[in-house]
Amino acid sequence: MMPSGQEVLQSVDESGSSPSPENTAGEKAVSAIVLRGLHKSFASQIVLDGVDLTVSSGETLAVLGRSGTGKSVLLKLIIGLQQPDSGSILIHGQEIAGLPLDAMNELRKKMGFLFQHAALYDSLTVEQNVAFPLKRHTKMTESEQSERVKGLLHGVGMEGDLKKMPSELSGGMQKRVGLARALALEPAILLLDEPTAGLDPITSGEIDELILKLQEEHDMASIVVTHDLHSAKTIADRLALLHRGNVLIDGSFEELEKSHDEFVAEFLKRDS
Amino acid sequence: MISPDTRIPRSSISPLPGQASSPIPSALGFVWNSINLFLEWFGDIGIFAWQVMRSAVRRPFEGRELIRQLDEIGSRSLPLVALAGSAIGAVLALETRSSLVRFGAKSMLPAAIVFSIIHETGPVVTGLVVSGRVGAGIGAELGSMKVTEQIDAIEASGVNPYKFLAFTRIMACILVLPLLTLAADFCGVVIGWVANTLAEPISFQKFINQGLAGTSFSDFLAPTFRTAVFGLIIGMIGCFQGMRTQGGTAGVGRSATSSVVISSLFVILADVILVKIILVFFP
Repeated sequence: MMPSGQEVLQSVDESGSSPSPENTAGEKAVSAIVLRGLHKSFASQIVLDGVDLTVSSGETLAVLGRSGTGKSVLLKLIIGLQQPDSGSILIHGQEIAGLPLDAMNELRKKMGFLFQHAALYDSLTVEQNVAFPLKRHTKMTESEQSERVKGLLHGVGMEGDLKKMPSELSGGMQKRVGLARALALEPAILLLDEPTAGLDPITSGEIDELILKLQEEHDMASIVVTHDLHSAKTIADRLALLHRGNVLIDGSFEELEKSHDEFVAEFLKRDS
Repeated sequence: MISPDTRIPRSSISPLPGQASSPIPSALGFVWNSINLFLEWFGDIGIFAWQVMRSAVRRPFEGRELIRQLDEIGSRSLPLVALAGSAIGAVLALETRSSLVRFGAKSMLPAAIVFSIIHETGPVVTGLVVSGRVGAGIGAELGSMKVTEQIDAIEASGVNPYKFLAFTRIMACILVLPLLTLAADFCGVVIGWVANTLAEPISFQKFINQGLAGTSFSDFLAPTFRTAVFGLIIGMIGCFQGMRTQGGTAGVGRSATSSVVISSLFVILADVILVKIILVFFP
């Protein structure tokens, strides 16, 4: 019989085999996301080959790696947009593999996802984009929704662009709106797919600061997929480097720097 | 989601390198591949239709989005459908007149025009015009949403895209096609009368009375409501082709084109089958 999600979590926490650190208050961290032996392949191409990762509540994990190593696939597996070939994904102790659609949709309400190109609905205004999850999943009145949307857009510095269409926004602005939309339902888990990709260094810095600010305001477990080592260092508590379908190294930036692995050294050298 | 992973790779049925020069295995491979793709397409659209039907019976029922689609698909197709109906009415009046005059059956002209438009020309022209405008529109819109991850974003926010995007569009097509057919029929008959009157004046009332003489309500009802099936075909194929789009903007173009081509073919095929069925039940 398969162990329940809670049993798995308990065993992970008790055995101490989880790479998740204890928080500064010394409390045992609660794992928001647990990935165990995750496999995913497309036709003959193996993308993920037994990935194990754990992210605790309030913790930010940056997932690094070369293009095509399955970083974005990892996020899509966590939110259920793709199905793993094998392995386990636990969200707050609940196994998502084989979960009925209605239950999966309930779980998705607790997760915010920022897509690589923001994926704003191009037939809706900025305001309507951010209000979309609120309209669907809350019983807020129109005025309450409007207040919440204004608050969210104020939080990402876009309060003056309510009526604009996504096509009128720059890449950085679209990412900000995407972030506001991802935060609309106050998620417990935030998944960010290359939040600074394609942006100039100044805008990237602004997005990093925004993510840090949002992490301080909301106690979320976050996974940030990025190529940008500088950004990862700024916003993440922990870094995981994916290589050949597996986690090559999982730890702090200092641990990454101290690694003697040839690929890690090459990765750090190229980025610097 | 409609997974491209399920597609049988072409490489698995391609001839081996040593056989590449032989035309027979290559031709067999092509035929085998085509049959596979054909059957695979039917399998995929069957699964898609099942997903849409299953999602349709669950709350919320997406009333607001359905109304938006009724406006988008219905109101905005009206001018084109009315124009097509009018053109058909004018052409029928001009063409039929010369034939009937030759056989001394000029008095049959109103009946020929009205019967032809209501029974066959109006429904088929409406179906084909809507499959061109709406099929391409749905294929391109959903295709573009697919390649820019907007459909994934809808799914990631806990909303069922089969219901929110597909069911609303399919239902709007089903509801709107019979109404658009009525509009096309009306415009065709009116312009047919105008064209006829220009050659030989006749009052509209007399034209209609002569046109509808000998016809029953079933002559009008069954052909008009068979366009609901055309709506189902156009909506289903447009949504299916759009939501399985791959390959960026080129893929969007392919989805739009294939939506029109496939839905037009199926509308014509369904017309043949439905005419036969209608003749059985309403002889």
